[in-house]
Amino acid sequence: MTRRTFLTETAAAVVTFGAAPRFLLRAATAAPPERRRVVVAVFQRGAADGLNIVVPFGDPGYRPARPRIGIAPPARGGGERALDLDGSFGLHPSLAPLAPLYARGELAWVTAVGSPDATRSHFDAQEFMETGTPGVKSTGDGWLNRCLQQARTPAEPSVFRAVALAPLLPRALQGPETALALPSLDAFDIRGAADGPVQRGFEALYRDAVQDFLGGTGRTTLEAVKRLRAARAGARPPEHGAVYPPGRFGEALRQTAQLVKLDVGLEVAFVEVEGWDHHVAEGGARGPLAARLDEFGRALAAFWQDLGERRGDVVVLTMTEFGRTVRENGNAGTDHGHAGTMLVLGGRVRGGRVHGRWPGLAPEQLFEGRDLAVTTDFRDLFAEVAVRHLGVPWTAPLFPGYPVRPERFPGVLPAA
Amino acid sequence: MRPNGRRGGRVQAGVRRAPAGLLLLALGLAACAAPVAPRPPAAASPVPVPRESGLPATGLPERQQARHVLDRLAYGPRPGEAEAVARRGLLAWIDAQLDPSRLDDADVERRLAGLAVPTMTPRELMEAYPLPQAFRQQGRVVPRERSPQALVGELRRARLLRAVYSERQLLEVMVDFWFNHFNVFAGKGTVRYYLPDYERTALRPHALGRFRDLLGAVAHHPAMLYYLDAWLSTAPGPRAGGRRTGLNENYARELLELHTLGVDGGYEQADVVAVARAFTGWTIDHPRPGHPRSGGGFLFDPRAHDAGPKRVLGQEIRAAGVEEGERVLDLLARHPATARHIARKLARRFVGDDPPPGLVDRAAAVFRERDGDIRAVVRAIVLSPEFFAPAAYCAKVRTPLEFVAAALRAVGAETDGGAPIQRTLGLMGEPLYGAQPPTGYADRAEAWTSPGGLLARLNFAQALAAGRLPGSRVALERLAPEDLEASGLADALVEQWLGGDVSAETRAVLREALAQPAVRRATLDDPLPAPDVATVAALVLGSPEFQRK
Repeated sequence: MTRRTFLTETAAAVVTFGAAPRFLLRAATAAPPERRRVVVAVFQRGAADGLNIVVPFGDPGYRPARPRIGIAPPARGGGERALDLDGSFGLHPSLAPLAPLYARGELAWVTAVGSPDATRSHFDAQEFMETGTPGVKSTGDGWLNRCLQQARTPAEPSVFRAVALAPLLPRALQGPETALALPSLDAFDIRGAADGPVQRGFEALYRDAVQDFLGGTGRTTLEAVKRLRAARAGARPPEHGAVYPPGRFGEALRQTAQLVKLDVGLEVAFVEVEGWDHHVAEGGARGPLAARLDEFGRALAAFWQDLGERRGDVVVLTMTEFGRTVRENGNAGTDHGHAGTMLVLGGRVRGGRVHGRWPGLAPEQLFEGRDLAVTTDFRDLFAEVAVRHLGVPWTAPLFPGYPVRPERFPGVLPAA
Repeated sequence: MRPNGRRGGRVQAGVRRAPAGLLLLALGLAACAAPVAPRPPAAASPVPVPRESGLPATGLPERQQARHVLDRLAYGPRPGEAEAVARRGLLAWIDAQLDPSRLDDADVERRLAGLAVPTMTPRELMEAYPLPQAFRQQGRVVPRERSPQALVGELRRARLLRAVYSERQLLEVMVDFWFNHFNVFAGKGTVRYYLPDYERTALRPHALGRFRDLLGAVAHHPAMLYYLDAWLSTAPGPRAGGRRTGLNENYARELLELHTLGVDGGYEQADVVAVARAFTGWTIDHPRPGHPRSGGGFLFDPRAHDAGPKRVLGQEIRAAGVEEGERVLDLLARHPATARHIARKLARRFVGDDPPPGLVDRAAAVFRERDGDIRAVVRAIVLSPEFFAPAAYCAKVRTPLEFVAAALRAVGAETDGGAPIQRTLGLMGEPLYGAQPPTGYADRAEAWTSPGGLLARLNFAQALAAGRLPGSRVALERLAPEDLEASGLADALVEQWLGGDVSAETRAVLREALAQPAVRRATLDDPLPAPDVATVAALVLGSPEFQRK
């Protein structure tokens, strides 16, 4: 369907029914399509071991705490050693595909980032991170939905403004702004022919029959189905030589790149990647975590390659609910800890450096005597991305009970 | 957007060519398309409610009352059921549902006979479905039939089968209500081993019983002790057995906020801490594989208990070991804020997303006067004028479970409740036993009207009607007499599944769809073009009206 027919139809809808949903009213006066800034939030569910992702080889406390799973410091000749980032920190060798992005200054790491809440429960900590309200479970909406509520209203509304490449809408995107959960772009469809009786019947039912929010949702849904069908025709295979690794994460990022390039109005994408809860036999330069990081790094590198000239519009922000214990446990794994490590990737990112104040690994520097302490509240990092990339006003109440203070931003993006 | 409810039935009276009986029933009914505003009885009630029905006269016609009761106290009517219940008398049906143990449920028991998980103990489940780590340590892949998914899958099947086929419909509705009120998550740790026992022994027996008994059964159950970390919570002090010790407030906070007083119930952080301390030592007697006598139940560990003085909501809790927790539960179960909180949630479930305050007040009073007798509170709510008010009719959006069960019941489907239909529930946003937060699944329309969820409903409607949903069969031919013309078919299905309560627009769309040559099928055996029942059925089940109850 073309934009013209969409506008004609929606204008007709407005004429027919006095109270059309807000997005339809906006559509009737829409401006030409615009390239939009996009945030791709990646949630590493299960608490990724930040200390073996960005390895603090310069801290004398690191190796003794991890005799079996520690990563060797960088050295000439490389091999199964950390890849030097700045003389103090090194990248896990499986993340080698991300090294060129760091070298080009597009990728930044933030260490010792996490929640002020001490919970070591996956589900509570994920909840707190996604609502942006540590310690409070009654928060109704997610922080990314609040971003959309508080960012400037786009000139042209889109049902694809916020998309989770997941079967269920994650907590972070829940709230009053419309957000879609798409298990896959291909599966978001009505079965049968586009002009078949069932689809036309549903369209007519939801276009004509109901004028409450259920009807509004129905129109949004069927509109999204139509636009996706039209957009799929213009979908291209991965470009610029990008090769995504097999697996759900690579597939989700491949589809995210499609959505960005199709200009369907995407502003927030949410992708989840599981399998970080390594209590047993985590491995060091090789092993389960290394395999997970290999897929993770290759998928992100392919995504970045695939985006081509759209890289300037996109920021990727990774997050995980908490970090893991400094000391390896009796099963050569790690248990639930406190501060973790996050990645920021973007054309405008102040990359090529490791951000965040390092709290140290000496016993007296650890949180509750065992975990890496938090020196950057995750909300300050999230707020920086929301304000400096999506254009959310810094005065907006992005995190209830925690005003945004630009002076607390870790500095991963340039001001204005 | 509200009232001005479109009224469908009356305007079409002259255009119809369907069987006279169905037509007559569809006359003069209000639309389900949008919430209907209260209106003067004279204009709205062509069929006055006889006083001897024992139900409040609110202007809602008798036949709609029957549908309303079956939509709210049950998972929607089966073919002919609304008429049958109306004939028998609504009050008698409601009172029978309030006393479920006297209702014969042989049909659903027969359907459940092949499912072992719902009857197994935690210890039996741990042995039959070992932790995946146990397989990995032996270098083996977890066999699919012994995976955690297989365990939860059977339990999901049982829940759906009960919703669709049980005669004790109100009990099933209440089990769903209490499961969400006292939610636990199958995906957290070992919760899944305790789930069948939790539903079977803690929730089901007390679902229409006394709130204090229900609260106590939940508080002692390993499913809840594990899910909200109470089993880990100990008095601060020296480490025992190498495990870190200390207070965990998780259960205490949710007990106050969600299970009893409500978030505005007047407690403070100091109360949360005091409650958590009172429950220290309440832990799980962990089943140990290979030890046939080892537990799977509740255990009080006096060494972990904090015996210091405590005050909860201004009341002193005297040092009494395990009894301290019981005193806290007594205090909370009889607190006026709890009566209000539970009354409001029940009124939201049965009457409307924002229940009338007067009804909540009265239901809370019944809760207090009858010492938390859930049956009495439910009866007060469903026999209230607010319940039978025209404004309440079709005012709620069906949850995915309600929608799927209602569709299966409406078409008289034979389903095994298996994986395909469970995946569909997941796509709609309500994978059974899959609510991670302690709030459970929401009971408000906004939660269930997301685009992805609605699309899943439309695709489910289509797959079910077309017979393309593995594990579920419908015999639509039976619903459509051969000599029926297209418009008659649409009207018959609308009548049967929506009580005739659709907007004029929906009815027009259905008729138009049937008028298209594409939906008529002509075969060699059957040279006369006949209406395509599956298409119309898909459209009716996917219609905005069928999403409501």
